[in-house]
Amino acid sequence: MNLHEYQAKQWLKKYGIPIPAGEVVWTPETAVDAADHLGGHRWVVKAQVHAGGRGKAGGVRLVEDKETLRSAVKELLSTRLVTYQTDERGQPVNRILIELPADILRELYLGAVIDRSLQRIVFMASVEGGVDIEKVAHATPEKILTMVVNPTVGLQPFQCRRLFFGLGLDFDLMRSFTQILLALYQLFIERDLSLLEINPLVVTRSGELICLDAKINIDDNALYRQAELVDMRDATQEDEREVLAKQWELNYIKLDGNIGCMVNGAGLAMATMDLIQWHGGRPANFLDVGGSATKERVTEAFKIIISDKNVKSILINIFGGIVRCDLIADGIIEAVSEVGVTVPVIVRLEGNNADLGAKRLAESRLNIIAVNDFSQAAEQAVRQAGSS
Amino acid sequence: MSILVHRETRVICQGFTGKQGTFHSQQAIDYGTRMVGGVTPGKGGQAHLGLPVFNSVHEAVARTKADASIIFVPAPFGKDSILEAIDAGISLIVCITEGIPVLDMLVVKAYLAQHPMVRLMGPNCPGVITPGECKIGIMPGSIHHPGKVGIVSRSGTLTYEAVLQTSARGFGQSTCVGIGGDPIPGMSFIDVLALFEQDPQTQAIVLVGEIGGTAEEEAAEFIRAQVTKPVVAYIAGATAPAGKRMGHAGAIIAGGKGTAADKYAALKAGGALTVSSPAEIAKGIAEATGW
Repeated sequence: MNLHEYQAKQWLKKYGIPIPAGEVVWTPETAVDAADHLGGHRWVVKAQVHAGGRGKAGGVRLVEDKETLRSAVKELLSTRLVTYQTDERGQPVNRILIELPADILRELYLGAVIDRSLQRIVFMASVEGGVDIEKVAHATPEKILTMVVNPTVGLQPFQCRRLFFGLGLDFDLMRSFTQILLALYQLFIERDLSLLEINPLVVTRSGELICLDAKINIDDNALYRQAELVDMRDATQEDEREVLAKQWELNYIKLDGNIGCMVNGAGLAMATMDLIQWHGGRPANFLDVGGSATKERVTEAFKIIISDKNVKSILINIFGGIVRCDLIADGIIEAVSEVGVTVPVIVRLEGNNADLGAKRLAESRLNIIAVNDFSQAAEQAVRQAGSS
Repeated sequence: MSILVHRETRVICQGFTGKQGTFHSQQAIDYGTRMVGGVTPGKGGQAHLGLPVFNSVHEAVARTKADASIIFVPAPFGKDSILEAIDAGISLIVCITEGIPVLDMLVVKAYLAQHPMVRLMGPNCPGVITPGECKIGIMPGSIHHPGKVGIVSRSGTLTYEAVLQTSARGFGQSTCVGIGGDPIPGMSFIDVLALFEQDPQTQAIVLVGEIGGTAEEEAAEFIRAQVTKPVVAYIAGATAPAGKRMGHAGAIIAGGKGTAADKYAALKAGGALTVSSPAEIAKGIAEATGW
């Protein structure tokens, strides 16, 4: 799960980490009120969307009077922001963060991730702040300093100092830099983060460190113990079908092809997509119905798949390991008639009672084609999508 | 021979009296696995499925001499259950539980590193089976046949696909290992490949990977340096978009890393025979071995 920048900054503040003075607003009118509260004569207007690259896309603006502020906020709230990280439709802008600008001397990068190979949290710091860190990592990896955290003892002050001296910062900043890093580590482990980025962390002309931007991702597996974070979820930033699928514990991801897929197991679901492409077709979605392909879940899965109007055929690939295939077949038949699926449905059932399952499907008198072989099923789905 | 589990392996189940624990323990007993008991705190002293229930893994180990455990507890209790099994001296821990937080696994792995004789499989995995001898997992036993192909995979149902194909061609399986779909797994591909390399029954190896992380790239380097047996590899997710988590917590292309293309290239360079269709895994084995 992702947070908006302003939400991430609320968490930084709770952990005593310095952020710019700011307020989040939903309307142009309250934006002006916010500027009044904040004072000053220049404000930064930041569109809140779950995507990077906002600055280049026009989602971050510096305004010098309140009328420009009002019109900038009004304009941003009426658009969808398209950045290099979004799809062509972009992300809706519902909330705007108004901040006082910082007097920037230097821009640094701070990040923390879970390194899968090392199986540790790794902190990263670089003097190349304010730019795309992935480009820095690619072009000049030596400019990114890293510190690996042993989970038994946690991040230690000496590790923060090693990063600090590596960055070559003014000695006066050592204490505050260390405090920020230690607080970020506490935030990371207490709130089950999977990624944390401060880009940039700025050194101001008055000699302070401030987190000018903040990005936080949370481990979905840990949401059961992070109720406060769950309350911050903004479903408008997610695909509607993906949100709906989650309610039924279905794993759905929209793709841009025309062959709907319904599979049990994540690996088999990806393999089914691959095989569709191998036969020259394009999958419309990833969908894992999970271990228990019950009638209710299959019905909901059908509804989600056919709500995508691009779908011209549906391929169902179920491995009935423990569950009997004839029961799964009954569920599919009921679901197809209940939902009113009109596109051809190609079904491949494998495992317990697979033959009986295929027989039930063949006798259903619905637009269901039973195919035994994995590859032939994908081929058939591609052919049906092409001809309908 | 086989790897990891055989007919003498003595197995307990943590989360024994729960729905999943009950169902799959019964399946394991029916398959012939030597189940010797189970653990449900607070239900010690009872009998379940004709086997004793214990309050702790320590007690279960003392009384039954169990050397393997299968875990079915809900995700919030996953870390505690794995740590308990490690502390009690279980040498093979198979964690089926899906959804254990990543930070919990970092702690588990650090503790595991202090116990080099203990092996953890999973979490979020289908388990391990040596056909005809011992099944510790949720895989359908009936599709497996004793034979000469070792299978190691990050996926559940996709492993069954490889099993079906190798059974259909009469190759059979020595042992099938599901290492699980989480970003921080217990045993890695390399751990399992090393065991297959030393196992006389295993004559060819199937590796089923998927997008995300660099476990396949690390396996490729190990295959190049240390594996003499033919390896056939398939990677799921060639069509998966970047930045999206494809069902498994670990299946995500992040920062341009973890693509199927990178993994295929590495495995080819490591000397594995790669197949781009999941339906051609057994065909690949025939090609790699001449069977």
